[in-house]
Amino acid sequence: MKDFPYTESKDTRSGFGVGLHELGKSNPNVVALTADLTGSLKMDAFKKDFPERFFQVGIAEANMMGIAAGLTIGGKIPFTGTFANFSTGRVYDQIRQSIAYSDKNVKICASHAGVTLGEDGATHQILEDLGMMKMLPHMTVINPCDFNQTKAATIAIAEHEGPVYLRFGRPVVPNFTPADQKFEIGKAVLLNEGADVSIFATGHLVWKAILAGHILAEKGIDAEIINIHTIKPLDAQAILESVRKTRCAVSAEEHQMNGGLGDSIAQLLSREEPLPLEMVAVNDSFGESGTPDQLMEKYGLMENDIVAAVERVLARKAK
Amino acid sequence: MSQENTLTSPTQQKSVAELKQIAAQVRRDIVRMVHAVNSGHPGGSLGCADLLVALYFRIMKHDPSFSMKGEGEDLFFLSNGHISPVFYSVLARSGYFPVSELATFRKLNSRLQGHPATHEHLPGIRIASGSLGQGLSVAIGAAQAKKLNGDNRLVYVLMGDGELEEGQVWEAAMYAPHHKVDNLIAIVDRNGQQIDGSTEEIMDLGNLRAKFEAFGWRVLETDGNDLEKLIPTLEEAGKLSGQGQPSIILMDTQMGFGVDYMMGTHKWHGTAPNDEQLEKALQQLLVEEAGDY
Repeated sequence: MKDFPYTESKDTRSGFGVGLHELGKSNPNVVALTADLTGSLKMDAFKKDFPERFFQVGIAEANMMGIAAGLTIGGKIPFTGTFANFSTGRVYDQIRQSIAYSDKNVKICASHAGVTLGEDGATHQILEDLGMMKMLPHMTVINPCDFNQTKAATIAIAEHEGPVYLRFGRPVVPNFTPADQKFEIGKAVLLNEGADVSIFATGHLVWKAILAGHILAEKGIDAEIINIHTIKPLDAQAILESVRKTRCAVSAEEHQMNGGLGDSIAQLLSREEPLPLEMVAVNDSFGESGTPDQLMEKYGLMENDIVAAVERVLARKAK
Repeated sequence: MSQENTLTSPTQQKSVAELKQIAAQVRRDIVRMVHAVNSGHPGGSLGCADLLVALYFRIMKHDPSFSMKGEGEDLFFLSNGHISPVFYSVLARSGYFPVSELATFRKLNSRLQGHPATHEHLPGIRIASGSLGQGLSVAIGAAQAKKLNGDNRLVYVLMGDGELEEGQVWEAAMYAPHHKVDNLIAIVDRNGQQIDGSTEEIMDLGNLRAKFEAFGWRVLETDGNDLEKLIPTLEEAGKLSGQGQPSIILMDTQMGFGVDYMMGTHKWHGTAPNDEQLEKALQQLLVEEAGDY
């Protein structure tokens, strides 16, 4: 099992903020909107240096999505910033009609996704956003794993023509992705080669998968670990190549089992390569108040949960 | 097939008499389109025919060769997308696409979807609409992009009056004056009708002038079925642009205007005429030389 050294831990939302600020400098068409969450989305630097391209919408997310769609008509590349809950469920019809169906070049940037939002509780902890967004035709759905990858993804989506949902979060997590690693939309990142099981992880669960990989190595299990930062389009080739070697898989995500990454992988496997799959995800439940670590543990999203899922899937794997 | 029926003439300003002829032709198109597929929304379409004709044949600077960006052009957004028949007819008659294509309205594989969509790349459409309450926000975004681009042309958006019951409209209504979106002219089709009855009965809109003024808009009122009044109001709204405030025109119309049996009722909101009713409508919508598709 490879080591993934890192010098610091950071929040993914700060990666977004730094990426957005860089885009402000490099691309005059990039504009940013927020619904009263400038600081939470780390958009302060963009706002300070590019005030004429920054739009404060107030607490009015539906209006923000419509305005973003309209800005694209004039050739702008709008990045909307609010919490993941208010970026998706609250404004689903606005995104569906004015952005996705209208094929508008809007980048919906969503922070505080999942249970790691913590103490605010289930009203704010959306666990259905990936599912809602991946169901929309034309929508690209991205869930990077750390600061560097979120920054790179933010910069990459400006170059992609079409609507994008970019999901990130609040907690501080190890920043291990190389700073110079290019972000390729739809291209999975092979972190560790292995022969016994494929672990497909996204977002905050990528680091948990790495921790699980070390525990598994001690048990003599050789796990292949792949970072699926793009939920849609799914890198079917990378997934199929991996499972054709390992013959079983585990998915891991901070999201509902219904509609998440595991669900996408299950569809792919059932069509192309029916092999056993275990899913580490929230199982048809809302979250609740607590510290991020407590919640990750309670809702079964820790490295030990991935290890247990690997052991289950290995037991199901054909000998 | 299309050219001889295209009524646009970019070099000459149309007289009111000419515009009335075009509006009558557009109304003929509307009733024929919804009759052909026995579906669609004739009432609001007929009521707004004069407005769209005035905008596309007299008021707006626009280019039927169509680019999404519309740089240096005035833009129009239809928020109440169900009145697509009037939008499609006016776009076709302005030269955006062949008039003969109106015959494909609401049919399989058509660019003329039940509600306007960009998905099929129909020239003249810049946003999908139909799910109500979204167009004002989109128009605001397009207007702000024009400002960033140093483009001093205007953005027009039409909403239904029943549509004002959607909360997003009021989010947008609060935003536009705050951000001084003064290159924006919103228009409300004040026909007083919605699907379940009159707006008064279903959800009283109250004093719309007072409401929009309180939000910081310049409010104008006009008769949307009298071009002699409508055109000066549109011109006045244009002159008010660039002064730090958005403008809104409360436009009284009659649903079904031009076809007597469709007027004064919400019954023809989303109902198509039968053969006999179509004939009766066409007899009332006379043009000197019918250029039906």
